[in-house]
Amino acid sequence: MDQEKKLITPGPSGYIPTPGAFMGVELPPPGKALLYGEIVDEETAMREAAKAMLTRRNPTIFPGPLVLWGWNAGAMEKAKAVLELAMEIPNCRIIPMPDYRPKYPKIDPEAEINPNHPNLTILHNKIEACIFVGVHCHYANLSLRMIRAGTNCFTIALCAEMGHEDAMVSLRDVHAEEIRRFRDVLVQVRNELGIEWEPKLPPENPSLPKEDWTKISPLDFGEYAALLMPRRGEVVEETE
Amino acid sequence: MPEQKVVEPEHLLLEAPREKKFITGSQAFAEAVKRGNVDIAIAYPITPQSETMHLVGDLYAQGYVKDYYRAEEEYGAMSAIAGAVRGGARAFTATSGPGLLRGLEAIVSWPGHRIPAVLGVMTRVVNAPLSIQPDNVEIAYLLHSGLVVLHAENQQDVFDFTLAGFVISEKVDVYLPVVVATEGFFVTHAKGYVELPPEDMKLPPRDPYKAPVPPTDCEIPPARIQRDAPVQKSNFMSYLIHAVWQQEVWSANRRAMKWIYKYLGGPIEVVNPDAEVFIVASGCAAAQGREAQRYAQMEGLPVGLVKIKSLRPFPEKEVREALKKAKAVIVPEHNIVGWLAKEVKAVIPNSGIVVDGPRVYGGMTLPVELIMDEIYKALGIKKEKKTVV
Repeated sequence: MDQEKKLITPGPSGYIPTPGAFMGVELPPPGKALLYGEIVDEETAMREAAKAMLTRRNPTIFPGPLVLWGWNAGAMEKAKAVLELAMEIPNCRIIPMPDYRPKYPKIDPEAEINPNHPNLTILHNKIEACIFVGVHCHYANLSLRMIRAGTNCFTIALCAEMGHEDAMVSLRDVHAEEIRRFRDVLVQVRNELGIEWEPKLPPENPSLPKEDWTKISPLDFGEYAALLMPRRGEVVEETE
Repeated sequence: MPEQKVVEPEHLLLEAPREKKFITGSQAFAEAVKRGNVDIAIAYPITPQSETMHLVGDLYAQGYVKDYYRAEEEYGAMSAIAGAVRGGARAFTATSGPGLLRGLEAIVSWPGHRIPAVLGVMTRVVNAPLSIQPDNVEIAYLLHSGLVVLHAENQQDVFDFTLAGFVISEKVDVYLPVVVATEGFFVTHAKGYVELPPEDMKLPPRDPYKAPVPPTDCEIPPARIQRDAPVQKSNFMSYLIHAVWQQEVWSANRRAMKWIYKYLGGPIEVVNPDAEVFIVASGCAAAQGREAQRYAQMEGLPVGLVKIKSLRPFPEKEVREALKKAKAVIVPEHNIVGWLAKEVKAVIPNSGIVVDGPRVYGGMTLPVELIMDEIYKALGIKKEKKTVV
């Protein structure tokens, strides 16, 4: 792709970013994707995203509430697919965006990313390529724009809806199946690049306390206890 | 009430057979709500909106609308609409003039909170001395808050824009409130022909999980009431947070354009695209402009019409394209400030060709002759004034 055609590139783009939508970037139709603000085939976009996750420093996946919380069968399957993807990316980390509220007095940038100041996590961990998945579109867009303004991170949005203008790569209608397809493309690109890697899960988040799953109780989740869905042993097939 | 079957929006809006009825603008609003699968309607009465919400109340009594109540006043009504929508409901409300301004603080917070509701605005004088007559200066207050604003020329537009409004507002890439404005009395209380799809069809129900924000304004699915203020300055919030949030609202507003093309055939309508002189108008003024264009055509004058259906998103490139060969642009309006003339001037490179007016306000009608006078002036035609005693 011509350099001039690239509207949406890794930053820092400056003090205040111009949104992709203001620059004329349009969301892709079904079956297509966005690459640097241009509508392209999904395969082309996936290959570029894979290359970024395989070659840039500290690749990280930021899963949002829509995959972190097992609120229906689709979310649980998607979460599994995200882990399968993470296993194939060398030295990949997973840093969650569990919710969107501002955190006081501060967030732990190794433990989480927050849409009110995503750059804290990006810069602290020197993340140069990242994937947003399962983050509600509004909050993903806020984060993608701020990251482009203030960091050199290559952003990839795996969106379950219509996509994101401000990500360098944006895929739409992405559910578990499409994540697995992206994983397959990534493995193919990895082999082409000659990168050797045995699939393994990313390291445990160092900031989170060790959880003993044999003894855990909903009460351990404090004020979030009432929100746990499904409860242990319960399988929710679909939301009402 | 007939049994209503759920059909796809595309079918209801674009394909279903239509039957012609002779109804008022208020009835047209109600007919759209009847087919909109609306969960709740809340409003506070004000002339000339009252009739619409009265009819929507009848729909509640008949079972078309699931819940309905009269709020304490407009601030409460608009806040309650926000609450209902956050809770997952599809909501409709309407107001007019002073009522709109009373509810405005709540209304302009809807886009930032991503509230996909439909708001009918039946325009009326807002400034003293008090009057209930039509004047659309209040639309100017709506143009800078992120709302999608559609301006209906007639009863047919009222129906189409309102029904499409529910669909457009709930698109995940939009998710903004849609305002359907029209002139009070001139449209709301006058009858016109409206082609309606069958009343035994309705839109699919709202799916609050198909959204760019979690429902009930929660931060963690499935439900959480917000504890912290969403955007407060602190060392741990980016200096950019409010800016990118506003950018998101206005990006969403721009994204509405493709759905306006899909469901309403585009944001503008052009009559006689090869003309030299154009009338650019929205709402009721477009009806008068349409008539002036017809008069001019009968006189063999090169006059065209650009009707603007969507004020936000404003059809910048469409207007620029339509007016690229224009020698003069006449912008008739039902308000004193000329908000539409300003919009048009801002998007064309040669704004000097825009004629400021004719404008009427405070309840005055807009005679076609006023527009014809401007057409004659623009074309250098001298007409003798006849004085009739």
